[in-house]
Amino acid sequence: MPSRTGSHSPAGTGKSLPERGLLLLMVLVLLEGSVLPLGAASSPDISHQKNVDNHKVEHEKNYTKKAFPVLDLDYHHIQTPFEISLWVLLASVMKLGFHMIPRLPGIVPESCLLITVGLLVGGLIKLAGEKVPPVLDSQLFFLCLLPPIILDAGYFLPIRPFMENLGTILMFAVVGTLWNAFFIGGLLYAVCQIQPANPSELHQLEILPCLLFGSIISAVDPVAVLAVFEEIHINELLHILVFGESLLNDAVTVVLYHLFEEYSAAGTVTVLDGFLGIISFLVVSLGGILVGAIYGILTAFTSRFTSHTRVIEPLFVFVYSYMAYLSAEMFHLSGIMALIACGAVMRPYVEANISHKSHTTIKYFLKMWSSVSETLIFIFLGVATVDGPHHWNWTFVTVTVILCLVSRVIGVVGLTCVINKFRIVKLTTKDQFIVAYGGMRGAIAFSLGFLLKKEQFPMREMFLTAIITVIFFTVFVQGMTIKPLVELLAVKKKQEAKRSINEEIHTQFLDHLLTGIEDICGHYGHHHWKDKLNRFNKKYVKKCLIAGERSKEPQLIAFYHKMEMKQAIDLVESGGGVNLPSAVPSTVSMQNIQPKKPPPAKPVEKALPKMTKGREEEIRQILRSNLQKTRQRLRSYNRHTLVADPYEDGFSELLIKKQKMIELEKKIQHMNNYLTVPAAPPDSPTMCRARLASDPQAYSSKPAADRVPTIQVDLASPQSPDSVNLMDEFRRADQQEEDQGLMMKPPSGQSGPNRPREEDRGREQQKMTRCLSDPGPSADEEEEDEPFLP
Amino acid sequence: MGASQTRTEHKYQDLADKTGFSLEQIENLHKRFQQLSNNEETINREHLDSIPSLANNPIRKQIIEAFFDKRNQHQDEVGSCEEIGFEQFLMVMSHFRPPSLKTTEEEKEAMRKEKLRFLFNMHDTDNDGTITLVEYRKVVEELLSKSGDIGQEAAKAIADAAMLEVASTNVPHMDPDDFYEGITFEHFEQILKGLEMETRMYIRFLDVETPTLRCGKSTS
Repeated sequence: MPSRTGSHSPAGTGKSLPERGLLLLMVLVLLEGSVLPLGAASSPDISHQKNVDNHKVEHEKNYTKKAFPVLDLDYHHIQTPFEISLWVLLASVMKLGFHMIPRLPGIVPESCLLITVGLLVGGLIKLAGEKVPPVLDSQLFFLCLLPPIILDAGYFLPIRPFMENLGTILMFAVVGTLWNAFFIGGLLYAVCQIQPANPSELHQLEILPCLLFGSIISAVDPVAVLAVFEEIHINELLHILVFGESLLNDAVTVVLYHLFEEYSAAGTVTVLDGFLGIISFLVVSLGGILVGAIYGILTAFTSRFTSHTRVIEPLFVFVYSYMAYLSAEMFHLSGIMALIACGAVMRPYVEANISHKSHTTIKYFLKMWSSVSETLIFIFLGVATVDGPHHWNWTFVTVTVILCLVSRVIGVVGLTCVINKFRIVKLTTKDQFIVAYGGMRGAIAFSLGFLLKKEQFPMREMFLTAIITVIFFTVFVQGMTIKPLVELLAVKKKQEAKRSINEEIHTQFLDHLLTGIEDICGHYGHHHWKDKLNRFNKKYVKKCLIAGERSKEPQLIAFYHKMEMKQAIDLVESGGGVNLPSAVPSTVSMQNIQPKKPPPAKPVEKALPKMTKGREEEIRQILRSNLQKTRQRLRSYNRHTLVADPYEDGFSELLIKKQKMIELEKKIQHMNNYLTVPAAPPDSPTMCRARLASDPQAYSSKPAADRVPTIQVDLASPQSPDSVNLMDEFRRADQQEEDQGLMMKPPSGQSGPNRPREEDRGREQQKMTRCLSDPGPSADEEEEDEPFLP
Repeated sequence: MGASQTRTEHKYQDLADKTGFSLEQIENLHKRFQQLSNNEETINREHLDSIPSLANNPIRKQIIEAFFDKRNQHQDEVGSCEEIGFEQFLMVMSHFRPPSLKTTEEEKEAMRKEKLRFLFNMHDTDNDGTITLVEYRKVVEELLSKSGDIGQEAAKAIADAAMLEVASTNVPHMDPDDFYEGITFEHFEQILKGLEMETRMYIRFLDVETPTLRCGKSTS
């Protein structure tokens, strides 16, 4: 079967990469070309069914005539899913192939390559003489291909920069698109009318179809923008401006499209219609956002109860979002805005509720789907180009392309002059150029054009040709040249640095500070309302939508825990080695920043009983070597490396455990400061037993116990009950974990994490009398073996 | 009328030059100052404390303290005063002016330094030129003070982690026995480099009319 050989196509190691890539390409293209005609050529289902019936009837009459079919070819049975899978496979393998070819991905953006592949495939299908499936018609495109991309964009939308620049984005999206639509439509009509001498077909073009065309072609396309901007890594501000504009202009496009489509039959648009259009715009956009927000809240609320069924968490996110899109489309509201609103609203609450694995699942599924969708869209664009009924008209097409560019530039420059009056961070000329140049058109424009009915719009083919030309122009020419231009103009690139905890602390601090200053000024500005919204969110909304303890968690702490978890996972992934995966490799550790107290030399010496030098050396040696091991472990297994899996659900346990680890680490530092003899920190019961079993030395040194320094443990001291408690908790916690790394017993009975830390000075006395190389003995006597040094 | 008018304008002109505000903004701020101080000449801590909307702010104390901190007056004095006059009020407010289209790169740099200095002074309460671990812990604790017990426990850990980060970024190689004293102003600048203070730390001192000015004493 052709498909089998196709999928086993060899990855020959002897061949070089470009050749391999091209070979892959050709194989799959041929594969596509051969299978589709095969499918198309087969007779339709109904007759097949009849044939089967006939066969059956024949069978019954001539019972023993035919042998039982051992192997049978039945393509129709699986035709549709098979072809869909084949397309998806083609798209994905193309993506693989491109990245294997050296240097090509750097020069040519992926979208260009994909369109080329689409052209090839379309050409092959045409050569085979078959009918190209109408792949970019409304059903498939708007209901299946577009939503994943938009959801991906909406879910991962960086909210803060988006909100900060919302005014600018809205200006570009609404006013800019309107300007583009009317400018292009109007001038196109004028141009069409200017040749009185030889009346061409262009004369039949009325004003309304022109305006309709203008509104279709004027909208910046999110898919194309994403495809190109992802590769040039431009700074956050410009990215969010162009991308935000491409998302929010959907409402304008929808309204204008419907308006002009409805009334181009009638031929005129009255003022009332215009007025209704404006109201319609508000309804479409706000309605879409409302629908999305409702579904977002529903998702967040549902995710509150998923703690027992973690596996289906991602499903809720996807299904609710898709339903938001469909519901909005049902009412002819803006589906794109609904999706964006849904993703943006649900995200903070869902992320607080779902497990880490579900979060990863959602992220990767969204990326996967949107990537496949995008690839398919571009390929189909190529296929549709080859197929579509074309009507080339030089004047129309060239004027369209030129007008698109000109109107975009004028629009951006004009709007920026107005916007800059209200912005703090002004948009420079370079920024304006990138915004103007980044206004790409894409498949949405084509699909909208495709949707037009031939009867109403006799010039439909001309429109489609012009749309395709503009799309090709923006994707190929602008897409290919934007990267070198960005380099040439030295536009600021994206900062790769990770967000640090200091920045987070100070961002929060600044927020509060500015709110406070605004209150003192009596000026109810931006920060005041944001603060009010945050407090409302914390007080009411979070309680409803987030499960359990997480609802009360302040943002700073959430950020901190996320960061710690990331570090822990990084550490585990990097093999748990000695090297800490810090951004800046440094040898600074916790002890460098802890305030050191000078060890009181004299009193300690007095407390130490005399012993022979040799014995002392021996003991020091043993102790030091153990301490080394511990310190090594301390450095690599610091409090960030709690084992990944078990704490997935036990979040508050994580907190408590961490606290204890921190306290105990500090204990060790203090121990180092106080003793002249470095102490061996006590080991876990298992470790104790292991060591004792293998190390006879320990036993032999026992008789000299009274000579060994720092043994006295004050049993009757008030601190010991606490040490017991802490011990018990650790034992309990221990039983759940596989590898503890380091089990530390509190030598001087630090109380539970909730008690405030005592003044160090006060405890100094107790520390000297108490054995710091020993665990709390009362705890030990019940169950555990004696530690290394009794 | 002419004489008194020019005299008032001259008085504000002086302030305008010193602080960089426009005359209109100074007018509005003066009205607010009068409201806060009950038409007296100076305001003290109680006046600022009694602003109701400030009650929900977790770092309220630090903000109020910053007004009375002499270091923010650009006069090389240290310590804090009990009351401040309108000029000092304006000086503190001038730290929150936004950059305009005309500010040059050097001016922006100077502005950023000034704003960072203001923040630094807010954290460095004992005025020794460094933010020690204890002081930083206090900062984080105050930030989380409205979040109950969870906040207090985590505050220490967060402050420690943050301090560690500052130390690792600025002094990458320290021996195990070295001690990182505290965050100096240079280190502070370094770690907050990415935040672009001059564009974030500002308030729009728009033409605020008296009707929209909520009096601090009223129920708001």
